[in-house]
Amino acid sequence: MLSRLKQLVVYALNPLVLLSCAGMASAKEAGSDQPEGWSLLNMPVGVTESARNSYDIHMYVIWVCVAIGVVVFGVMIYSMLAHRKSLGHEPATFHESTTVELAWTIIPVFILVALAVPATTSMVERYDSSEADIDIKITGYQWKWQYEYLGEDIQFMSELSTSEPAIYGKESKTEYYLTEVNEPLVIPVGKKVRFLVTAKDVIHAWWVPDLGVKKDAIPGFINETWTRVEEPGIYRGFCAELCGKGHAFMPVVVNVVEADEYAQWLADKKAAVAAERELANKSFTLEELMAKGEEAYNRSCASCHMANGEGIPGAFPGLKASPLTLGPVADHIDMVVNGSATNAAMQAFGGQLSEVDLAAIITYERNAWGNDALGDDDKIVQPIDVLKFKQGQ
Amino acid sequence: MAHGPAKGIGRWLYATNHKDIGTMYLWFSFAMFILGGAFAMIIRAELFAPGMQLIKPEFFNQMTTMHGLIMVFGAIMPAFVGLANWLIPMQIGAPDMALPRMNNLSFWILPFGFSLLAATLFMEGGAPNFGWTFYAPLSTTYAPPTVNFFIFGVHIIGASSIMGSINIIATVLNLRAPGMTLMKMPLFVWTWLITAFLLVAVMPVLAGAVTMMLMDINFGTSFFDAAGGGDPVLFQHVFWFFGHPEVYIIILPAFGVISAIIPTFSRKPLFGYSSMVYATSAIAFLSFIVWAHHMYTVGMPLAGELYFMYATMLIAVPTGVKVFNWIATMFGGAISYETPMLFSIAFVILFTIGGFTGLMLAMAPADIQYHDSYFVVAHFHYVMVAGAVFSMSAAVYYWLPKWTGKMYSEAMGKTHFWLAFIGFNVTFFPQHFLGLAGMPRRYADYALQFTEWNMVSTVGAFIYGAAQILFLYNVIRTIVAGTPAPEEKTWEGAEGLEWTLPSPPPFHSFSTPPEVK
Amino acid sequence: MSARPIRKTAIKLLFTVVLMFLFAVFVMPPLYDVFCEIAGIGGKTEGQYEESEDQIVDSERVVRVQFVATNNGAMPWEFSPTEYQVKVNPGASTAVEFYARNPTRRDMVAQAIPNVAPANAAPYFHKTECFCFNQQELKAGEEANMGLVFIVDPELPANVNTITLSYTLFDITNREGEDNQSEPLASLN
Repeated sequence: MLSRLKQLVVYALNPLVLLSCAGMASAKEAGSDQPEGWSLLNMPVGVTESARNSYDIHMYVIWVCVAIGVVVFGVMIYSMLAHRKSLGHEPATFHESTTVELAWTIIPVFILVALAVPATTSMVERYDSSEADIDIKITGYQWKWQYEYLGEDIQFMSELSTSEPAIYGKESKTEYYLTEVNEPLVIPVGKKVRFLVTAKDVIHAWWVPDLGVKKDAIPGFINETWTRVEEPGIYRGFCAELCGKGHAFMPVVVNVVEADEYAQWLADKKAAVAAERELANKSFTLEELMAKGEEAYNRSCASCHMANGEGIPGAFPGLKASPLTLGPVADHIDMVVNGSATNAAMQAFGGQLSEVDLAAIITYERNAWGNDALGDDDKIVQPIDVLKFKQGQ
Repeated sequence: MAHGPAKGIGRWLYATNHKDIGTMYLWFSFAMFILGGAFAMIIRAELFAPGMQLIKPEFFNQMTTMHGLIMVFGAIMPAFVGLANWLIPMQIGAPDMALPRMNNLSFWILPFGFSLLAATLFMEGGAPNFGWTFYAPLSTTYAPPTVNFFIFGVHIIGASSIMGSINIIATVLNLRAPGMTLMKMPLFVWTWLITAFLLVAVMPVLAGAVTMMLMDINFGTSFFDAAGGGDPVLFQHVFWFFGHPEVYIIILPAFGVISAIIPTFSRKPLFGYSSMVYATSAIAFLSFIVWAHHMYTVGMPLAGELYFMYATMLIAVPTGVKVFNWIATMFGGAISYETPMLFSIAFVILFTIGGFTGLMLAMAPADIQYHDSYFVVAHFHYVMVAGAVFSMSAAVYYWLPKWTGKMYSEAMGKTHFWLAFIGFNVTFFPQHFLGLAGMPRRYADYALQFTEWNMVSTVGAFIYGAAQILFLYNVIRTIVAGTPAPEEKTWEGAEGLEWTLPSPPPFHSFSTPPEVK
Repeated sequence: MSARPIRKTAIKLLFTVVLMFLFAVFVMPPLYDVFCEIAGIGGKTEGQYEESEDQIVDSERVVRVQFVATNNGAMPWEFSPTEYQVKVNPGASTAVEFYARNPTRRDMVAQAIPNVAPANAAPYFHKTECFCFNQQELKAGEEANMGLVFIVDPELPANVNTITLSYTLFDITNREGEDNQSEPLASLN
C-alpha cells in the first residue's frame, strides 16, 4: 500500500514539476534560437509588444496556478499520507465551517482581481487605433492566403510550397516542412502594419505566434488587427480555424525586413508584376506550358482535383478524361477563369493567377493523365487566349 | 405490483424499469465510448509522425468530428443518464422513475440517432467533416451532403436528452420519500437535477441551431449566410450559448459522483454540503453568461472581450469551492484506497489542472495565443476525460457490487486505474506543450518541430485505450463470475438509501417509501 | 403517489423546451442583429440614412476612409473601388464609385454586403446612397460604375482615425426567384 501511495504522490506532482520546468525552460530560451523538439515546451516570447503581453500574462497565470496548486495539492497529499486508515487514523466528524468556507470563497476573488488588472491593461493596448503606416488586406481562401497591399497595386497568393510527395512520405521532409510558402508576406520592421482580415469561403484564422496576432477571417466580414515587429526575421504561423481538408496545409510566413529592403522589395514586386503582364503576349511551346502547368496545377488545383487528376469522388470532380478537359476549350477556360456557376468550391482563378499560369494549367489539364489522346483537338492554350477571353474575346 | 422482469428480448425492448433502462444506457454508452475511442486511435496513429501515413486529410477531419460528437453525445451524456436511471430512484427512496414509458422511448431512439450519424461514414462525400462545433459556413454552404443526416441525428439525440432530463426532474421533484427534503438529497441527485434543468434549457437551442442550418442548406434562408443579411458569427453565438452549459452538463454529474465516493472512502461526511449545492447552482448560472469566451479572436469589441473574460474568471470561485470541499472531506478522515477512490483522487487532481488551464484560457490576452491550439485540446480532455470519464469509471466500480451483487477484481481495477492514469497523462500533458509551441488543433499533419511530443502523446493514447479493454473485461467477469458482494453495504463508509437495499436491489427499488430522518 | 403532479411537471418542462427552441430560432437572430447595430459588433452597417438639412460638418477633423472589395466563393466579377481611400471631414457628404464587370458568358446577379472595420465605427458610418441597397444585375460582358454616397458621423469616437469599408460581393444568380430573398436584403443592409 505504501509504495503505491508513493507512486501516486509522484504522479500527482508530476504535471506540476513539468509545468515549472516549462516555465524555466522558456526563461532560458528567450534570447536564443527557436527551441525544437523535446525542449519545445512553452509559448514563444515573440517579437512584438502584443506577443510579449500575451507571454507575460501567460507566465503570470501559470505561476499563480502553480502557487495555488502547491498549497492545495500539498494539503491533499499530506492528508492522503497522514490520514490513512491503514495507519489506524480515526476519522474526524467535522463537516462544515462557515469561516473556512467564506475564506476560500473570498480569497480566490482577490486573486482573480489581481489577475484581471494586468489582463485588462494588456487588452486595452491591443485595441490601440493609432494611425498605421501600412495597410494590408489578408484574405483566407480554401486553402491559401491572399495578401493585398492597399494603395500599392500589389496582391498575390501565398500557398504552401511543400510538395505532395513529401507529405505522403515519397520524398524526404525538409526543415520547413508545412511551414514554407511560395511567396511570404513582406513587411518592414518597426512600422505599424494594420491587417484587414477577411475570407472568401469559410472561416479561417490568421495566426503568427511570434507576432502575437490571431484573428478570425470571416466571409462577408472584415476584422482589423495590427502588429509592429521589432526584429527582422522570418516568422511562421498557421491557419487556426478548421476550414476543410487543407486546414493544416495553409501556413503563414511573414518576412520582416529593414525599411530600405522593404522599399526595394516593393519596387521589385511592381516590376515583376509588369513583366508578368508582358509575358501574356508571348507564345509558348507545349513543353514549356506543360512544365509550368504541372507546377502551377500542383500548387493551386491538386488539393481538390488531386495530383493524378482523379479528384475525390463525391466531393471534387476528376479531370482525367472528364467532359470539361476533353470538351470545347472555351468552356474549359471559362471554368478555370470564372469558376463554377453552381459549385462554390470551384473558385474563379482569373483574379488569382497570371495569364501565363492559367494558360499553362489549362494546357496541362488538357494533356496530362492521358487526356492528350482523347477528345477535342484544341490541346494548347496560350496566355494571349486567356487574356482575350478575359477581355471578352 | 410485485412482479419481476419480462423474459427474453421483450424485457429490453419494452423496458420501463429504471434499472433495465439504466443498464441499457450504460452498455450503449460504453459501446459508443469504444467506437469514439477507435476514432481517437486512428487520429493519434496518424499523428504519430509528420506526413500523411494512414489516412487522407479529409478522412482525418471526419474522424475528429465523429470522435467529438460520439464522445460528447454518445458516450459521456448517455453514461450519466444511465447512472441517473439506476441511482436516482434508489437514492431518493422511489420505486422507479416518474415517467417510465418516456424513459423507454428516450433510450430507444438513441441507437437510431447514432446509426444515422455513423451511417454517413459509408456515404458519398463521407461523414461530417466540420468539427464537433460545426461552424457555418463550413457546415452549411461547404458541407458534404451527409450534413442532413447529421442534423437529424442531432435532433434525435437532443430529443432523447430532453426526455431523459424531463424524467429526472419529474422524478426528483415528485417521488422523493417522505422526509427527503431537497437539502437532504445526495449530491449526485442535486447535481443531476441542476444538469437536467440545464439540458431542458439548452438542448432546444442546439436543436434550433441545427434547424437553422437545415433551413439555410435546403430552404434558402440566410441565418448564417452574409449574402442574405445573415452572419456566420451568429452561429457561433447560438452554438456556444448551448455549448458552454453543455460542458457543465457533462461535468456536474461527475461532481455528484465524486461527492459520493470521497466521503465513503474517507469515512467522514461530505464537507460543506450546502455550499456544494450553492456552488453547483452558481456554476450552472454562470454557464449561461460566458459563452463568447470561446470567441476571443472573432473580432468582438473591447467591452465584450473584457466582460466575457471577467465572467469566465468568476467560474473559478464556485469550482474552487468544490475542490476545497473535497479536500476538506478527505482531511482528517480514515482514508483507504480502493479503485473508486483512486479514480476519484485522480479526478480531483487532474480536474483541478484542467481548471487551472481553464483559468489561463479565460485570460483574453493570453487566449489570443492559446485559442484553437493543442493547448485547448489538452485543457478540455483534462476536464472531459479526467473529469467525466474518470468519474464514470469510479462510479462503475463503486456501484457495480450494488447493481450486480457481485464484487469486481480489485487487482484488475487498480491495474486499470494506473494504466488509465499514466496513459491519460502521457497522452494529454504533452499536448499543452504542443499548443503553447504553436500547433493548431484539428491538424491532420504538422511541422517537424512538433514531432517528439506528438509521438509521446500517441503512445499514451494507446496505453489509455488498452486500459479500457481491461475495464470491459473486469466488468464482464464480475457479472459472469464475480464473488458475491458481502452484504447491503459493500463499502464500510457508504451512506445513503441505496446502501439500505440488498445487493442486487429488488426490481422495484422501494415499494414502500423508506423513512428519512 | 398520484400521476397528476408528475404530469404537471412534465408539461411545464415540455413547454420550456418549446419556448427555448422558439427563442433560439426566432428571437436570438433578430436580437443579435439589434445588439450588433447598437454596439457595432461585427461591423455591420445600418440601412439607408436620411441626411438632415442642418448636417454639421466638422472641418477640423480629417478621417481616412478606405475601401476594399472581396469576391465571395466562386464569384468571377471584376470588382474594385475606383480609389482605395479618401480623406473626409466628418459630417460632409462624399461620393465614391466601385467598378464592376461581369467577365463571364452568362448574365448574373450580385449582392454586395457592406462591413466596417473597426467595428465600433460602424454605427457612425452612414450611407445615404449605396449600390448595396439593391441587387446588381450585369449581362454577360457588361460593366458598370456603382455609386456610394456616405457621411461619417461627427460623433465618431475620437480614437478612430481610419475607417475601412469592405464590400463582399456574393453571386446570387441562382437564388433569384426565391422571393424570400429580395425584400429583406434591402432592409437589412
